Amino acid sequence: MNLTLRVWRQSAPDARGSIVNYEANDISPDMSFLEMLDVVNERLTERGEIPIAFDHDCREGICGSCGVMINGAAHGPMRGTATCQLHMRSFTDGDTITVEPWRARAFPVIKDLCVDRSAFDRIIAAGGYVSANTGGARDANEILIPKENVDTAMDAAACIGCGACVAACPNASASLFTAAKITHLGLLPQGQPERYRRALRMVTRMDLESFGGCTLFGECQDACPKEISIDTIARMNRDYLKAVMIAKAEPDSTTA
Amino acid sequence: MVMAVTGIIMIGFVVGHVLGNLLVFRGPEKLNSYAAFLRGTGGALWLARLVLLASVIMHVVAAVQLTRLQRKARPIGYDRQEPQVSTLAARTIRWGGLLIFFFVILHILHFTTGTLHPTFNHTDVYANMISAFRVPWIAALYVVAMAALGLHLYHGMWSSVRTLGMNRASRDPLKRRAAALLAAVVWLGFTIIPVAILAGFPS
Repeated sequence: MNLTLRVWRQSAPDARGSIVNYEANDISPDMSFLEMLDVVNERLTERGEIPIAFDHDCREGICGSCGVMINGAAHGPMRGTATCQLHMRSFTDGDTITVEPWRARAFPVIKDLCVDRSAFDRIIAAGGYVSANTGGARDANEILIPKENVDTAMDAAACIGCGACVAACPNASASLFTAAKITHLGLLPQGQPERYRRALRMVTRMDLESFGGCTLFGECQDACPKEISIDTIARMNRDYLKAVMIAKAEPDSTTA
Repeated sequence: MVMAVTGIIMIGFVVGHVLGNLLVFRGPEKLNSYAAFLRGTGGALWLARLVLLASVIMHVVAAVQLTRLQRKARPIGYDRQEPQVSTLAARTIRWGGLLIFFFVILHILHFTTGTLHPTFNHTDVYANMISAFRVPWIAALYVVAMAALGLHLYHGMWSSVRTLGMNRASRDPLKRRAAALLAAVVWLGFTIIPVAILAGFPS
């Protein structure tokens, strides 16, 4: 396959960036999108040019490192797929492909296609965990959980924190990410003691991180490589409202 | 949250409004006596107007805040961004809202105070409606505004329920039968009146 790439190049966080055109010739349709970029980078290196910087790690769709805007869609045209598992057979010979980094003030560009997603880490640190005393491993199935809750929690737990939801959102809102974490922990018995405090803290942190507000476009759900449902956002809103209105007093383990 | 609550209050009003208006098809006595009944409630009418005015103000403030948040949240836009699943209604919610806002002002000056109505009579709502909608451009203006309202409600009703977390989990959360139905009823109910009058009703 012969392709034309239009790639965002930006040498440093404060540098001015621009779209640069590259010819990507003799690309195998069996390559993943990242492998295609590897090939382009090899050729750039051989020519003495600086390769295109992009994030990647596991390349099997579970780490959440990779992710770029491909032809105006987060992670490209395939549904339920991260950029690493998108294959070049999804494109046709002669295509022009526009590749851009996630765009959000909360995700500043570090270089080229790499963005700083530590805003997500701070949302997790605000409450996206279960406080538990350590000890010996518990027996399996010691705590029984209704099947329906397990399934919904598991679907939400599939979130890999890639940031596609923010990237695809016309508002650049982080609601789907935060909601996935709140749903995942809030449905399990282990997550109950901190449920409302968690919702309050994580949503407050999200609002502080200069993301936009959710107006339910629904784009996040479509962009999510794990196909997480926007129903989680409704659940987050419900927990958050309850937390605010009844100000449920949960014992605070961090100050106790 | 403010957006959703005030939105739902105004949806309640709009539904009542469209049902009241449809009395026009049952003749002048029915519509005019309904209007007289509303005026006769006195304090309650003004209370409703006050609640609606407050709702409009808070709804607009929330909209301005959300828009500013959006501008700030993505200072550098994409060279190319393709909407995948978002509806036209969702994407036009702000411009549609602005259009409806100006329409409501005109509409109050037109049918409530009568300032813009050449043959306005406070006690004869029926005649006011007939004479106004016999003018093609006025009827057209109302039809366009109601299309905007229908779209606004199509997204607004569905998203309000989700913003307040009141929906049930769904296999396909982007589907919105109830919102579509209610939006269609409001849109058709309001649109059919100017169209029918322009077409010659009552013959």
